[in-house]
Amino acid sequence: MQTTTDDVLIARIASGDRLAMQVLFARHHVRVYRFVLRLVRNEATAEDLISEVFLDIWRQAGKFEGRSAVSTWMLSIARFKALSALRRRPEEELDEQTAERIEDQADDPETALAKKDKASVLRKCLSGLSAEHREIVDLVYYHEKSVEEVAEIVGIPQATVKTRMFYARKKLSELLKEQGVDRGWP
Amino acid sequence: MNTTNEQAHGRNEIEDLLPWLAAGTLSRRDAQRVEEALARDPELARRYEMVREEFADTIHLNETLGAPSARAMEALFAKIDAEPARAPKASFNIGMRIAEFFAGLSPRTLAYAASAAVLAIVLQAGVIGGIVLNEHGGAGYETASAPSTAPGVGAFTLIRFAPQASVDDINRFLESNKFSIVAGPVPGGLYRVRVAETELPKADLNAIVKKLQENKLVGFIATAK
Repeated sequence: MQTTTDDVLIARIASGDRLAMQVLFARHHVRVYRFVLRLVRNEATAEDLISEVFLDIWRQAGKFEGRSAVSTWMLSIARFKALSALRRRPEEELDEQTAERIEDQADDPETALAKKDKASVLRKCLSGLSAEHREIVDLVYYHEKSVEEVAEIVGIPQATVKTRMFYARKKLSELLKEQGVDRGWP
Repeated sequence: MNTTNEQAHGRNEIEDLLPWLAAGTLSRRDAQRVEEALARDPELARRYEMVREEFADTIHLNETLGAPSARAMEALFAKIDAEPARAPKASFNIGMRIAEFFAGLSPRTLAYAASAAVLAIVLQAGVIGGIVLNEHGGAGYETASAPSTAPGVGAFTLIRFAPQASVDDINRFLESNKFSIVAGPVPGGLYRVRVAETELPKADLNAIVKKLQENKLVGFIATAK
């Protein structure tokens, strides 16, 4: 079966094709939602934001020039919306120190390891990264964005993308070590 | 920078690319560079395993985040419906129109279109070739060094060349025997070949046909009027 490309859908949306909008939404809304949710950490806010993201796509489709992938463009809009929402409610924003700390500290590292396998500890530590580090890890690993695309979405130079990813991974190793998992790196 | 530092620099640069190698988003050139480094450096390979674990668990983590409710879509389309009606665009992006056109074609349609395009190119080449030949005084299609002769004059055979015969083989065969193709191929892969510039007695033409039957380039041959 043949699928219509995102570029073609955007061209149709630009001419007011509501069905094309439904197809694009069905294709991408879950990933956009998860990207936003990982940033704002609130499901209701994330749901509100994705309808805003896609409304922006509806409005701006005519200006899309196809210089980047549609998914990259969508994630740029989503990121902007998420950060704006976080700025609007600073009292709800997680304290960076709190965000970086692993929530469940009831068990000592040995007990934690005994209870859970390494993968679940790793996932827990991934959740414990700062918003900036979570964002880059998600973009690279989950959204499969290249160095160039991450640079475009986040609005930083490509060299900074690599550096930030390195420090995100370094922080992850430190969090794992706190949980009793020593990866021997860095 | 000394050699050790250069090596260390190269190592870090390569190591920085491991997450993108795991995700499959490196350029082919960079991927090859990193893979070569992995093959010769066990420590780097161990670190790559860490990256692959992170990669797998990041996907797992995101996949457990669930999906938005139908409320998100309803809210979106309620907002879209409330938007002012969009006027048709006066200008259009020709590139996008072309992309849309081709995206709308089925693979079978595309195959037919490609065949038609090839045919059009061949016909065009034929027309251009004909014009060029005419400009140079040629009377039409000529093969090898055969002299230009009126089409209906001479002695003729019908030949189907052996399947393994190449164009070069056929050209050499025609040239060495001073033959020329005057028509074809017709259905059955037969060519009308002039074997003499003047009409020959039937016995002489039969002798030529008999002789050519022995030629490995000739799959079938018969006399023709």
